[in-house]
Amino acid sequence: MTEAAHLPPLRLRLRNRGLDGTTLLVLPAVFFIVALFVYPFLYGLLLSFAPKEGGWLANYATFFSDPFLYDTILTTLLIAVPATLLNVVLSIPVAMRVRLMRHQKLLTTILVVPITLGTVLIAEGLLTYLGPRGWVNRVLLAAGLVDSPIRLVHNYWGVMLSLVISGFPFTFLLTLSYVTGIDPALEHAGRMLGARARERFWRIVLPLLAPGLAITLALSFVQAFSVFPSAVLLGAPAGPTRVISIAAYQAAFEAYDYSMASAIAMIMAGVQVVIVVALLAARGLAFRGPASSGKG
Amino acid sequence: MARRPLGERLWATSIWVLVGFFVLNLIGMIATVVVNSFGTRWFSTWLPSGYTTRWYALAWNEFQLPSILLVTLQVVGAVVVISGLIGVPAAYAMARRDFPGKSLVMGLFLLPLLVPPITYGIPLATVLYQVHLAGSIWGVILANLVPTVPFVVLIMIPFVEQIDPRVEAAARVFGARTGRLFVHVLVPLLMPGILAALLLVLVRTIAMFELTFLTAGPTSQTLVVALYYAVFAAGVRPGQSIDAMAVVYMITTMIWLLIALRFVIPTQIVPRAKR
Repeated sequence: MTEAAHLPPLRLRLRNRGLDGTTLLVLPAVFFIVALFVYPFLYGLLLSFAPKEGGWLANYATFFSDPFLYDTILTTLLIAVPATLLNVVLSIPVAMRVRLMRHQKLLTTILVVPITLGTVLIAEGLLTYLGPRGWVNRVLLAAGLVDSPIRLVHNYWGVMLSLVISGFPFTFLLTLSYVTGIDPALEHAGRMLGARARERFWRIVLPLLAPGLAITLALSFVQAFSVFPSAVLLGAPAGPTRVISIAAYQAAFEAYDYSMASAIAMIMAGVQVVIVVALLAARGLAFRGPASSGKG
Repeated sequence: MARRPLGERLWATSIWVLVGFFVLNLIGMIATVVVNSFGTRWFSTWLPSGYTTRWYALAWNEFQLPSILLVTLQVVGAVVVISGLIGVPAAYAMARRDFPGKSLVMGLFLLPLLVPPITYGIPLATVLYQVHLAGSIWGVILANLVPTVPFVVLIMIPFVEQIDPRVEAAARVFGARTGRLFVHVLVPLLMPGILAALLLVLVRTIAMFELTFLTAGPTSQTLVVALYYAVFAAGVRPGQSIDAMAVVYMITTMIWLLIALRFVIPTQIVPRAKR
């Protein structure tokens, strides 16, 4: 036995662990994400602890002592939480129904349009559509439901409605992809054993859907929580819809205090992480029945 | 077959009414923009009193649409090409090799898709300003690549996985190295996937507001950012010409979306995280 047999060449040993020339192809992408996503995030985190003046926690102390700043968290939650819940609650029954449809593609195509157009265009469209002379108010007046045009833009409701227009399709498509992942045979078995539609939903579909639903909730919430263009254009950015991203933007590009802006961005990320972790933890607690292990 | 119970039919109907109501409002919102962009005056009537195309001419000159469209084209073109060049090989490696730390790399690719752009956009813009890239077109391109490179990787992995490895093995037996394997075997086989991924990148980049907004200077605005500033400063210019610009934006996005939808199903557009 030669020594080479005991110790194969380095290249061979690396290849056995899955590292060869082909694996290196992943490196440019990894380098890219590290340089432009991970590094800026860490840089921002460090920068947030190096305020323009004061001790290392001065930015965070300022944020949590100034109601003009810390109120933005509550303001954003008051918009994002109802919008998310509404979107998720509406998309479950719709997805349950659409999954039985034969020509899904037409509906899903229509619903992909607002996601693609983006929030800026939705804001511009809704400004006129929901405005005092827009079609919505005109219909309400013609139907005799209101005496004078109701105010739907430049306030809370404008932002809320824009989050439904852009958020519902997103939530729906995500829910649909999870609903169609459930084996119809399971529900069919439930029907054979005499379960009615409502029982089948609560006892078979929902427990199987729960993990996907938690992810849908988390993603939809994170999207809604980072609302920016429609809060400026369609809301009242000085008051009722001064969301946290507006505060971060103003700190960076109006006050040129990048340290403070980074601190606000970190707080924003922090709130998102807390809510997402709570949702994913709740998923583990809520459905620990035998059904949750039956997926596959 | 027996008729379904009344309750179940009512429930189904109410769901369709809900969907119809949503779609109706969506169409109403888009129609408002289109109608207004062609209307002369539109105050207290259901439709404008007359129609004209002069708002388009006004928008074309006032908003410097030619140069904005050129910048948009450059940014989108560069983002599509670069994210394809970086993303497709990475997807190939991710699909074919099991290496230590693979799940960590996967998490690294998922994060930029799940974290909203405005959250990481501010630190990213800060760093790009430090290296004097923000404000230029390259800053905008780099920022836009952050979500699109992982997006290409994640879309392409299943496409690579469904190629029979024996095809590659055969090519290797005949002496093809990785480079030739890519050009002559993999890229042709992966073409449907590459087209789908890159068209979606194209649509997402045209519509990417936050990252472009945070990194663009006056000469590196894309169409969507210019639209934002126009709406933000509404009152300076007639609303109809802003809507004319919005229509130009909608048309540029929708053409590519329609082409993209020939290759993908709409549910692929939203990020699907693994459980």
